[in-house]
Amino acid sequence: MAKVLLEMNSITKTFPGVKALDNVNLKVEEGEIHALVGENGAGKSTLMNVLSGIYPYGSYSGDIIYDGEVCEFHNIKDSERKGIVIIHQELALIPYMTIGENMFLGNEQGSKWCIDWNKTYAEADKYLEMVGLTDSSKTLIKDIGTGKQQLVEIAKALAKHARLLILDEPTSSLNETDSKALLDLMKKLKSEGMTMIIISHKLNEVSYVADKITVVRDGSTIETLDATTDDISETRIIKGMVGREMTDRFPKRHDVPIGDVMMEVDHWTVYHPEFSERKVCDDVSINVHAGEVVGIYGLMGAGRTELAMSIFGRSYGIGISGKLTLKGEELTLKNPKQAIAAGIAYVTEDRKGNGLVLTNSIKTNTTLANLAGVSSGSFIDKDKEYQVAEEYVKKLRTKTPSVEQLVGNLSGGNQQKVLLAKWMFANPDVLILDEPTRGIDVGAKYEIYCIINDLAKAGKSVIMISSELPEVIGMSDRIYIMNQAKIVGEMPASEATQENIMACIVKSGSEA
Amino acid sequence: MNNFSIGNVLKKNVMTIALFVIYVFFVIMTGGNMFTPSNITALIDQNAYVFVLGAGMLMCMLTGGNIDLSVGSFVCFVGAIAGVFSVIQHVNTPLTLIIVIGAGLLYGAILGYLIAYLRIPPWIATLAGYLAFRGLGTQILITVSDTSAISNFPASFTRIFSGKIFETPWGQLNIPCIVFGAIGAAVVVFLNFYGRAKKVKKGYQADPMWFTVLKSILEVAVIAILAVQLAQDGGIPVVLLWIIAVLIVYGIITEKTTIGRHFMTVGGNAETSRLSGINNKLVMFCAYLNMALLTVLASLLVTTRFGAANSYAGQNFEMDAIAACIVGGVSAYGGSGTVMGMVIGATMIGVINQGMSLMSIDQDWIKIAKGIVLLAAVVFDILSKQKKDKKAKAAKKASAEGAAKTAS
Repeated sequence: MAKVLLEMNSITKTFPGVKALDNVNLKVEEGEIHALVGENGAGKSTLMNVLSGIYPYGSYSGDIIYDGEVCEFHNIKDSERKGIVIIHQELALIPYMTIGENMFLGNEQGSKWCIDWNKTYAEADKYLEMVGLTDSSKTLIKDIGTGKQQLVEIAKALAKHARLLILDEPTSSLNETDSKALLDLMKKLKSEGMTMIIISHKLNEVSYVADKITVVRDGSTIETLDATTDDISETRIIKGMVGREMTDRFPKRHDVPIGDVMMEVDHWTVYHPEFSERKVCDDVSINVHAGEVVGIYGLMGAGRTELAMSIFGRSYGIGISGKLTLKGEELTLKNPKQAIAAGIAYVTEDRKGNGLVLTNSIKTNTTLANLAGVSSGSFIDKDKEYQVAEEYVKKLRTKTPSVEQLVGNLSGGNQQKVLLAKWMFANPDVLILDEPTRGIDVGAKYEIYCIINDLAKAGKSVIMISSELPEVIGMSDRIYIMNQAKIVGEMPASEATQENIMACIVKSGSEA
Repeated sequence: MNNFSIGNVLKKNVMTIALFVIYVFFVIMTGGNMFTPSNITALIDQNAYVFVLGAGMLMCMLTGGNIDLSVGSFVCFVGAIAGVFSVIQHVNTPLTLIIVIGAGLLYGAILGYLIAYLRIPPWIATLAGYLAFRGLGTQILITVSDTSAISNFPASFTRIFSGKIFETPWGQLNIPCIVFGAIGAAVVVFLNFYGRAKKVKKGYQADPMWFTVLKSILEVAVIAILAVQLAQDGGIPVVLLWIIAVLIVYGIITEKTTIGRHFMTVGGNAETSRLSGINNKLVMFCAYLNMALLTVLASLLVTTRFGAANSYAGQNFEMDAIAACIVGGVSAYGGSGTVMGMVIGATMIGVINQGMSLMSIDQDWIKIAKGIVLLAAVVFDILSKQKKDKKAKAAKKASAEGAAKTAS
């Protein structure tokens, strides 16, 4: 049996209100490719952040034993010195610098005061050759494609004398050919003795490349499968990923009549705003009725947010084609303002980034999307605004001392409620909720579900985008399944199980 | 819950109190010279442009800490063209005004287009104006005049922007001024009590009665002192009316209108603003269009005050306006700031300027002092915010832990 390079013992990491990792154990042997799989938010990235020192020693409990010794990493530099290098999902390359400059950022070659450019580029070329990239190291990053950029990231890691390489979703932005090339490179590096941990949602890739597969679920490691002895088919992995009990975590909706079709999207195609040949939504057709909750399930990067935002007044994407019908009337919505006026609301998944103004009060945020509702002419009626904010704080049971509180000071769950209040006050017919319960604790989740039910009761149409299967199944009347920019399945919630939803995704993945 | 406390009031008004302390300090240091009617008039006259430009700069900064570097040079340019039309070409005053306002509109629209729609960083777009308009203004003045200055503006022109209304000789008490002061005081008192009564009636949190009374007394006292002093120096300066008008208009815009709210939101979080249906580009465009128009007004105030347009007019005005905003607590990152804050900031710098000058301190030392005040104001602001953040975070953590406990 090979030597154990890394051992993580009973790692527990808590964030305020949430236990992100609960007693996690991970053992990686030298020279193997170890895959971490699990749903979004299962704790894979948190675990890797603990390992690489992004969450410093002391902020978690448990031991990291690397190469035979107990390690205390206080930052990334500490772990890199030991040869643990993490390559994040979002590429961290600077577009207007050359490949060589990027590779040695923070690791500059030469003397202490002066960079030796000849050495830099010679070294860079050496590592580029190792990853099979033939471009000159003097090429600007912006001039090479994402596939090659990913290879540069790996070359950069090798230049840091990595012994343990962690790849977080390395193929998420690559096409089929580039992905295959990357996986083959991983196999080649393995044969040269490199140890790797790969985090991936693409199970076919995992089965292709991994020696061991550890399944993470709800912050715990569930099982580790060995490619040589265990069955590592995709169905087997999925069983591990989703094999959780369905409990009554979801409030029931009783006697909510489902009305006519409220909104219909037909043959909707959207292209990426920067990589204009890439489709982020490909011929998508969906509809939602009044009083209905429609779930859209898909893993990260499936194109769900892109679909939602492109419907919401073309606020994302270019070259949008397709038909949007609202209450039987075909519409062209050119910007969010028109979308709001037409009765569509998009409740973002990124409440801090583009949903709320953190430096403003609850009151100001609540009325943001419908200022006209508390104004006469262009004058804001401050009394009315105050009343509206109070009303929603009471209705949604937002915990706050007053409506003047800055939303930046609220917890995630309460921020989410303010965000919902903002869009409910805009009085839309269709609410698109993008990951409405991301990053909030269980109690707050239940309250958000109740709000969703109330909205449906009031005859609104709700589209709920989520990457949590139990949530989608528990809350929806009907479910669309989205994968790689396409709708790959549709089923009523009564027929949906975690297994057959995942099967839709696997099936579409193998067809592609 | 009523969270009124003396501590909070003091914290909220710390800059006002600082201004008061600094003013009293200089009054004492100058042996009361600072407090004479003519010096109070001078304080207003000399700083009029800062208030006007500060209001415009505030709007720009609200949209995300954006600034306009070209205002000083544009002041010079507008002065020059006003001189050319009014003095040299003998164009009548209304037409001259239309021409300069037109120039402001044109420049503001171009600048707004470059910044909002072509996404040129504001400081670059306005740096171009900073250079070009200084050169252009100077060239015009050199071409039409041997002294590179145009003076002898017609009275019909200067009267609108400078001088005093209902002027009386020095030392004689100006009755209209006292009457205006009384009206102003009455309005302030009415607004204080009316606002409180409205809050009480609707059951909102209101300040205690004694505080409203005390606040009104202090405000009336300030107005009364100002009125009496101005009345002894010939009456109300015309610029004061312009300043008050600008401040009221922009105070209302920022505090009470949807337009003001849009400015704050764009600066607070541009993505949120866009996805809430606000036209971010239009907001940016308006900020710079507005700035150019206020610059025209500031130019006219300054030109008529000196009675001449000259090539060095408006030097460093942009910096004065920015400094007034920063000292007045306007966020350098956008999203927050008030007209009142800017006024306090502008006045504070003006007071330091005048006080030190009256003490015959060298200009260079005055600059050093102003620099230190600017930095101190920002450091103070950031430190107090960090303290607040820490407190809020601690409270958040405590509540989360409490919730976890009750859950388990």
